[in-house]
Amino acid sequence: MSSCCNCAQASAEALQKAGIDVTLLQPTLDKYGAVEGSLITILQNAQEIYGYLPIELLNYIAIKTGNKPAKVLGVATFYAQFRLQPVGKYLIMLCQGTACHVNGSEAIETAICEELGVKEGETTPDGLFTLNNVACLGCCSLSPVMMINGETYGSLTPAKAKSIIADLRAKEAEGK
Amino acid sequence: MKMIVGKGSCGIAAGANKVSDSAEQYIKDNNLDIDVSVTGCIGMCYLEPIVDFIRDDGTKTTYVLVNAENIKEIIDSELKGETLTKYEMPEVDKQRLEKQTRIALRNCGVINPEHIEEYIAKGGYKAIEKCVTEMTPEEVIEEIKVSGLAGRGGAGFPTWFKWNAARSAQGTKKYTICNADEGDPGAFMDRAVLEGDPHAVLEGMLIGAYAMGSDEGVIYVRAEYPLAIVRLNIAIKQAEEKGFLGDNIFGSNFSFRIRIKAGAGAFVCGEETALIASLEGERGMPRLKPPFPANKGYWQKPSNINNVETYANVAWIILNGGKAFSAMGTPNSKGTKVFALTGKIKKGGLVEIPMGATVKDVIFDIGGGIKEDRAFKAVQMGGPSGGCIPADLVDTLIDYKTLAATGAIMGSGGMVVMDETTCMVDMARFFLDFTCKESCGKCIHCRLGTKRMLEILTRITDGEGKDGDIELLESLALNIKSSALCGLGQTAPNPVLTTIRYFRNEYEDHIYKKKCTAHQCKNLVSYTIDADKCKGCTLCARNCPVGAISGTVKNPHVIDTDKCIKCGKCLSSCNFGAVIVD
Ligand SMILES: Cc1cc2nc3c(=O)[nH]c(=O)nc-3n(C[C@H](O)[C@H](O)[C@H](O)COP(=O)(O)O)c2cc1C
Ligand code: FES
Repeated sequence: MSSCCNCAQASAEALQKAGIDVTLLQPTLDKYGAVEGSLITILQNAQEIYGYLPIELLNYIAIKTGNKPAKVLGVATFYAQFRLQPVGKYLIMLCQGTACHVNGSEAIETAICEELGVKEGETTPDGLFTLNNVACLGCCSLSPVMMINGETYGSLTPAKAKSIIADLRAKEAEGK
Repeated sequence: MKMIVGKGSCGIAAGANKVSDSAEQYIKDNNLDIDVSVTGCIGMCYLEPIVDFIRDDGTKTTYVLVNAENIKEIIDSELKGETLTKYEMPEVDKQRLEKQTRIALRNCGVINPEHIEEYIAKGGYKAIEKCVTEMTPEEVIEEIKVSGLAGRGGAGFPTWFKWNAARSAQGTKKYTICNADEGDPGAFMDRAVLEGDPHAVLEGMLIGAYAMGSDEGVIYVRAEYPLAIVRLNIAIKQAEEKGFLGDNIFGSNFSFRIRIKAGAGAFVCGEETALIASLEGERGMPRLKPPFPANKGYWQKPSNINNVETYANVAWIILNGGKAFSAMGTPNSKGTKVFALTGKIKKGGLVEIPMGATVKDVIFDIGGGIKEDRAFKAVQMGGPSGGCIPADLVDTLIDYKTLAATGAIMGSGGMVVMDETTCMVDMARFFLDFTCKESCGKCIHCRLGTKRMLEILTRITDGEGKDGDIELLESLALNIKSSALCGLGQTAPNPVLTTIRYFRNEYEDHIYKKKCTAHQCKNLVSYTIDADKCKGCTLCARNCPVGAISGTVKNPHVIDTDKCIKCGKCLSSCNFGAVIVD
C-alpha cells in the first residue's frame, strides 16, 4: 500500500466525522481490493451500500487500493452512474434518449419539475425525490419512459407522470 | 396446459409482472393445472403484455394487451379449450411476425431464457459441440468467412477477419470480449437478445474463443440493463453446471470461462479501446489505433471484441452453414439485421429482416406506418453517429454501402421515425447535445468542436441564427470528422450534415424567416386564438400557468404574446381547435 501513516490517520478522522461506517465496505475490499482493474466494481459496490460516494469514502478507497485519490475521483466523475451527492429515497431516471425526445420527453420533464418543485439533477427538500435525466433505458418502444427505483413506467404523458409521483408521495405520507 | 408471459424489460414496463402475479394467484386459488413460464421480448412491444397459452395438444394461442383482470377470463376460456378471440393477437400482427426472418432473435420470445434446457431443446450448444469435436479452429473461421457475417455493432467489419487476426496474434493468453454497452439512445436490440436468449450470446462467444484460442471471456454490459445482467448471470451458472463453460469442454482440451463486467454509464465506452480502458478500471478514454485490440487489447493481450448481435448469429451459422446465411442479403451485406423501430411509428418494436429489404418495407410494411397517419418525414439510422434518411429516399436498400451513400449508416440498428411534427434542426441539436456531453474530452476537436456546433445549433433553434451559420456548421463538421481521435468525434457531425443535406430549407426558415414549421422551437412559434372558433369556455385561461389569456365567459379570448411562455397548455386544453400555432 502506497499510503503514509499520516493520510491514513487523516482519512480515519474524516470518515468518523462524516459518520461513514467503512466496515460495510470490508467484504468488497477483501474480494476486489487486490484484484487489478477492479476500481469501478468497488465504486459500484460502495454506491450500492452508501447510496452515493462521499469524498471521504473515495479517499479511503484510494488508500485501501493503493491508488492516488486523484485517480479514484477521476474515475468516479467520469461515469454518469456515480453520484458524489446523496439522492432522494426515490431516484427518478427520466429518459431523454432519441425515441423519448421525439415523443415529447421534454414536456414530461417540465411536468415533473412542476410537480416536484425542483430542477433536473436536484433533490426535493423533504429528501424523497431526485430527478435525473438519462439517455435511453432500452424501452424505447414505450417512449416516453422513466424509471423510478428500478421500476419502469412507459407511454408517459405529463398528467400520467405527475400522478405517478403524486401516488408515491401519498404512499409515503400514509406510511408515516 | 402452459401459460407463457413475455417478460422482457418492455413487457414488465407494460405490466407483465402484474399479469403473472394475478394469474398465479388465480391458478392457486382455484387449484388449476397450468404451468406459468416466462419468455423474453418477441419484439412487438406495442402489444405488451403478451401471453401465450399452449394447450396439451400443442396448439398455441397468443393474447395481447393482457392485464391483471382479463387474464382470468382468458384462463377460464382456455381451460374450456376455447380461444377468447377478442383478446387474441390480430391477424395483421401475426403476419408481421411471418414477414421477418429470425436468426439472431430465433429464440427471443419463444424460450424461457432462464432455463438452459429450453435453449438446448432448440439445438442450443450443438454448434459449439460440432466445432470442438468435428472442426479445426481454421475451419470455424472459414465457415464464418463464407457466411459473410459483418459486425453488428456499427462499423460492419468482417467478423472472420477479426477472429483470424486474434488467432494469428502472438501470445497464449487471449480474451474474447462481448460489447453489450448498447449506447445508441433509441436502440435496444442487444437488450432484447441478452434478456431473451442469453445462451445464444454465450455460445457465440464460445465458438469465437475456440476459433481464436482464447480461454477467458468478458461481457461488458451497460449498467442500465439490470435484467440483462440477472439473466446472463443465471445463464453462465447453468452453462457451467452443464459443462459448456469450464475446463475440457466436450472432453477436449478447450477450456473457456466467461464473466460479466457492468459498465457505469458512458457512451464512449462502446468504442472498443475505451471499453478496454473501462474493463481495466480506468476512465473510459479511447486511444489511437493501431495497435488494434487483436494484437494489444485487454491487459495488452490479444483481444477480440464483438457486438451481442454478432455473437448471437454465430451458432446458427455453424449449424446451418455459412452458405445458408450468405444466401440472404445483397452482394456486400449478408444475412439478416435486427432493427429497433421507434419514434412516431404505429407498431414500434424489434424486427429482424434479411439485408436488402428497403427502409419502406420496415417502416410501412412491418411497422404499420406513421402514428396518427401523419406524413412521414425522415428516419434516423445509426443514432448519434448516423444520419437521417428523408421520405423521398424511403426506397433505399438496407445494405451497408447503399445506406452509407445517403449519409446515414446501418449503425447498430436503431431506427427512429420522425413525422411532420419533428423539427430537423432540433434533432441535430439534440444529437450534438448528446455527443457534446458524452465526449470524453481527450481530443480537442471533439471536445470543443462539438461544443461550438452545439452553440450554433442552439442559437438557430432559439431564433438567433445568423447568416453564415449553416456554412460555419458545415466547415466545423468536416474539420471534426477528419481530425477527431475516435469514432465518437469522427461521426458526431453526421446528424448535422445529413439534416443540412436534406432539410436545408428548414435551417434557412429558422435563420432567415424565424420560423419553425414543425412548431417545436418555442422561440419561433406564436400562439393566438381564432376569435371565430373560440366559444369563450374559459378553459384555456384557467389552464394558462402565467395568466396570459384574458376574456369573459362566452366571448372570444385573447393571448397576451408578451406574457405567453409557449407551453402549449391552451392548445392541448382547447376543445374547439381555436388555438392557432404559427
Ligand atoms: C462512440 C462509439 C460507441 C460505440 N458503441 C457501441 C456499442 O454500444 N455497442 C457495440 O457493439 N459497438 C459499439 N461501437 C463499435 C465498437 O467500437 C466496435 O466496433 C464493435 O463493438 C465491434 O463489434 P462488431 O465487429 O461485432 O460490430 C461503438 C463505437 C463508437 C466509436
Ligand atoms: S430513448 Fe427513451 S427508452 Fe430508449
